[in-house]
Amino acid sequence: MSEDQIKSLEKEFEARIARDEKIEPKDWMPEKYRETHIRQMSQHAHSEIVGMLPEGNWITRAPSLRRKVALLAKVQDEAGHGLYLYSATETLGASREELYDQLHTGKAKYSSIFNYPTLTWADMGAIGWLVDGAAIINQVPLCNTSYGPYARAMIRVCKEESFHQRQGFEIMLKLANGTEEQKEMAQDALNRWWWPSLMMLGPTDDKSVHTAQSMKWKLKRKTNDELRQQFIDQTVPQADLIGLTIPDPALKWNEERGSYDFGEIDWDEFWQVVKGHGPMNKERMKARVGAWERGEWVRDAAMAYAEKAQNRKEKQAV
Amino acid sequence: MMSVKNWPLWEIFVRSKNGLEHRHCGSLHAADADMALENARDVYTRRNEGVSIWVVESKHITASNPENNGELFEPAQDKVYRHPTFYDLPDEVKHM
Repeated sequence: MSEDQIKSLEKEFEARIARDEKIEPKDWMPEKYRETHIRQMSQHAHSEIVGMLPEGNWITRAPSLRRKVALLAKVQDEAGHGLYLYSATETLGASREELYDQLHTGKAKYSSIFNYPTLTWADMGAIGWLVDGAAIINQVPLCNTSYGPYARAMIRVCKEESFHQRQGFEIMLKLANGTEEQKEMAQDALNRWWWPSLMMLGPTDDKSVHTAQSMKWKLKRKTNDELRQQFIDQTVPQADLIGLTIPDPALKWNEERGSYDFGEIDWDEFWQVVKGHGPMNKERMKARVGAWERGEWVRDAAMAYAEKAQNRKEKQAV
Repeated sequence: MMSVKNWPLWEIFVRSKNGLEHRHCGSLHAADADMALENARDVYTRRNEGVSIWVVESKHITASNPENNGELFEPAQDKVYRHPTFYDLPDEVKHM
């Protein structure tokens, strides 16, 4: 194809997206669109998969059967979300093996929030409430993104996600109304998860390199700063309601803006964690790669069994 | 080390309730059809979304190419007489 032809195809492509048409797997698309989507969608899938680890840590130690079945169901949902997203990414021609390989070799990133440790049961509450809360804010606009398979996966994910946040908030509510120690535990979890949750919505707009292109492709419908403000405005009253204090002395309602002003985010910490120096980066990768390697004989055995059963069937047919 | 052989990809179709058609809802990897059915149950029907599942190995699906949509769907484009609105009837005929 000549450069002019590609230019005109690209123009038509951008026009389709501007008209809110969806792009489907076999449609022509610019190489950059394909690559960007493979990158973002697979990172999203990896985040769901690695996201199971901090919470899986507490399943056996949940304080009651009610909490245990809920947490188990939530972690199973994360696995499901990872699978919807891998499946959607594969429609762009990336194989599952490639995607796993990129995660396991550290070539692909996942959300930096999962590189923090889950120290107490209250962390299950804080993660559901804050981390899933921030994720929902990020994901709801993606239900309208331009790539059909991604949008459809996000619709499923968002439908399931609201139970996650509610179960987390319920844990916090219960602890906040409990004994003095339980309340302290809840406050401590909020103190540790608040700032990482704000960072989770991404670098500030002036530092975010992909925003303009992503907005055009509807991979992003609001900027990081807008999403962060939305998250803060929605979460502060929830903390007030259960009598917990947001660990930010600069947090103050701004009548004029109709929003909360908030303090400086420690972006050095964010970039350290992104670069692999967070408290749990090594641990998470070790757990993930270890699970994959230990499962290898099971995958091979299943394949050998399937082939044997197929051969037997063919022999009987002769 | 890489596995001997990777699990193939399957396309999953779910009927949400009797009376409705099976609808494509995504794909997954499984060693064989039985495993694909069980995995599909866990991945796509965790909240009673289905009463019946079809699994088809992805390689068995032949898809039309959107680049040929012009020629492929052209025959339907100039046949307005296939639609009821093409026919002129007197206003007195109320329901037809």
